[in-house]
Amino acid sequence: MAFFASLSDKLQAISARMKGKARVSEVDIRDMMREIRLALLEADVNFQVVKQFVDEVALKCRGSDVLECLTPGQQVVKIVHEELAAMLGTTPGRLAVSPSGFTVILLCGLNGAGKTTTAAKLGLYLKKKGKKPMLASCDVHRPAAAKQLEVLAGQAGLTSFLMPDEKDAVVVARKAVDRAKYLFQDTLILDTAGRMTIDAELMEELRQVRKAVSPTETLLVVDAMTGQEAVTIASAFDKEIGVDGFVMTKLDGDARGGAALSIRRMTGRPIKFACVGEKIADIEEFYPDRMASRILGMGDVLGLIERATVAVDEKKARDTLENIRKNRFTLQDMLSQMEEVVKMGDMNSMLEMIPGMDKKKMAGAQVDEKQVARTVAILRGMTVRERMNPDLLNASRRKRIAAGSGVQVQDVNRVVRQFEETEKMMKQFQSMSRGRRGRAGMPGFPF
Amino acid sequence: MALFDRFRKGLEKTRTSFSEGFNRLATSLGIYDASMLDELEMLLVSADTGVPAATAAMESLRRRMKESGQVSRAQVLQMLRDELLNLLGPTSRLELAPSGLNIVLMVGVNGTGKTTTAGKLCARFAAEGRRTVLAAADTFRAAAIEQLEHWAKATGTPLIHHSEGSDPAAVVFDAVQSAKARGAGVLIVDTAGRLHNKQNLMDELNKIRRVIAREAPDARCTTLLVIDATTGQNAVVQARLFKEAASVDGVVLTKLDGNAKGGVAIAVAYETRVPILLAGLGEQVDDLVDFDAASFVDSLLPTP
Repeated sequence: MAFFASLSDKLQAISARMKGKARVSEVDIRDMMREIRLALLEADVNFQVVKQFVDEVALKCRGSDVLECLTPGQQVVKIVHEELAAMLGTTPGRLAVSPSGFTVILLCGLNGAGKTTTAAKLGLYLKKKGKKPMLASCDVHRPAAAKQLEVLAGQAGLTSFLMPDEKDAVVVARKAVDRAKYLFQDTLILDTAGRMTIDAELMEELRQVRKAVSPTETLLVVDAMTGQEAVTIASAFDKEIGVDGFVMTKLDGDARGGAALSIRRMTGRPIKFACVGEKIADIEEFYPDRMASRILGMGDVLGLIERATVAVDEKKARDTLENIRKNRFTLQDMLSQMEEVVKMGDMNSMLEMIPGMDKKKMAGAQVDEKQVARTVAILRGMTVRERMNPDLLNASRRKRIAAGSGVQVQDVNRVVRQFEETEKMMKQFQSMSRGRRGRAGMPGFPF
Repeated sequence: MALFDRFRKGLEKTRTSFSEGFNRLATSLGIYDASMLDELEMLLVSADTGVPAATAAMESLRRRMKESGQVSRAQVLQMLRDELLNLLGPTSRLELAPSGLNIVLMVGVNGTGKTTTAGKLCARFAAEGRRTVLAAADTFRAAAIEQLEHWAKATGTPLIHHSEGSDPAAVVFDAVQSAKARGAGVLIVDTAGRLHNKQNLMDELNKIRRVIAREAPDARCTTLLVIDATTGQNAVVQARLFKEAASVDGVVLTKLDGNAKGGVAIAVAYETRVPILLAGLGEQVDDLVDFDAASFVDSLLPTP
């Protein structure tokens, strides 16, 4: 799973061979490109796209001073990452809004890509942005598809429109537009039946629906797990129906999602949204650089950082940093750190976002959230004076804290020991980073 | 229609692109040399077989070409056919015990076609004259129960369900009791789609398995992993993790008729050794067929 690590290791191994040579040979570059090619193919990037991409990267590597620096392997990875991100797009996706004030979004895709769920997610997303979206289902084929949309709309608190007995998708689509306008909704999200692009009849139906409602945005919903065929699927929908952008679904799985790169490259259309979970709130704008990291198996570092920045109370963090800078790390700081960590949410899902985290090894290293809660309880059981001045903690005080937080004295001792170790670490960290420009990172968490 | 023709029809598009590539390689030289095998390898990869399987096939092919000196188109084609069959492993079938209760548990990630496959299997067993019971253990997805209800009605099969959001293991418990009371031959359990990297959902599956083992210790339980044939290399990870969590007995490859390249069957069989049992070759009820490795490979390759 720690794929990026292994790609960068392999590249590094190749570059180690070059040491002592005055010039880097063509063979070295070719070996590196081979590793990159394999990595991308493993990630399900289309083989033609891989070929073009690797050629471009090779050109870039030759043209730059990559091979003169000490770590050419890492340099190459950096170039690969930048190129990937650039290819995936430069800005997060935005939805177009119709100047008429009534926007129609048409969702299409293969069977089981997640269109119905995406419809509800988009609806909720737009509602949060202050729009008034209505959901409608033109899926007259799959049993209970309309019902599914109705239930999801209910969960999202959205209006929905369906005609369970109507067998003509075009009629449903027309009526849905009328209904949405009648109800003064400003957006209509139209869900359609899943279809294979080789199914001429169903493609014709979709063309008719599109003609009938002339959507502001036609979005193709693409499963992130899709293989080499993604390119054909996207091009076929684009050519026959006309696609304005993509929604990638099931990105909460562990698929690398190379399909994103393939469809973007071959159609030139932007990827606008990413679905990242089973709940209807789990949709976000698409960020190219995060996807690039994912394809390379680097983990969602930026997503992690964003979550941390949202959750961490900046003032508290600054105070802690200030204290550390003054070499005064107290139990009070440890408590506020712990509380911030708890706020960030499910710790194990955070761990998964860290690059190089091996799922197998993770199983043993799962963070015990109860343990964190217990530590917080112990710290809260101390008086402010005790927290500011840990030396005060004698045996009788520790006994009191243990009784107050429902643990044994050993547990209190453990926390104090943990604190002392952290304090020591902080001091080292301090002397190490002294002289460097102030790096506002989070100090190591004491667990 | 014979089985072979159905595979052939379903994989028509893949065969076209694959065969064209293969024949193009052949005509450019008339014979195959080692360097052209690299292109052949890419052809395999482009059909979603994954790099490891394609490399294994090519290494073996290269060796055999060297040893035998056979390099003509027909010979290479024959050898390639052998290699692909080899990667797929021996053919196995979904086998049910003639007497007593059989339980078929459908598992897989979201949107692969578990409910549809459950419905089609139901029709198949009904046609074979088996007493079948359906269990709606997908209590998570909106309207999953209604979708299965449609299949139950169409095939005249009793459906055991609770309300949405209830405990799937409890549904399975009731379904097993009901199947036993009715003297049913097969119980088909449809479960919610779950991504294999979500531990809590995999634990839920485990709980269902425990309920089955406890309540029906004598039944023959077959766990079928439903994989969308359009899936790329993640299918291998799915097979591996579902095998660990739910001891998968076989794979159902759905949507093989449409946009799928189908090579993922080879990737899954080669890397996880889980046999492919069934294939979905269309939207009609009888389009769920036994997977036949020889027909599958022959419909991928150009005619000799």
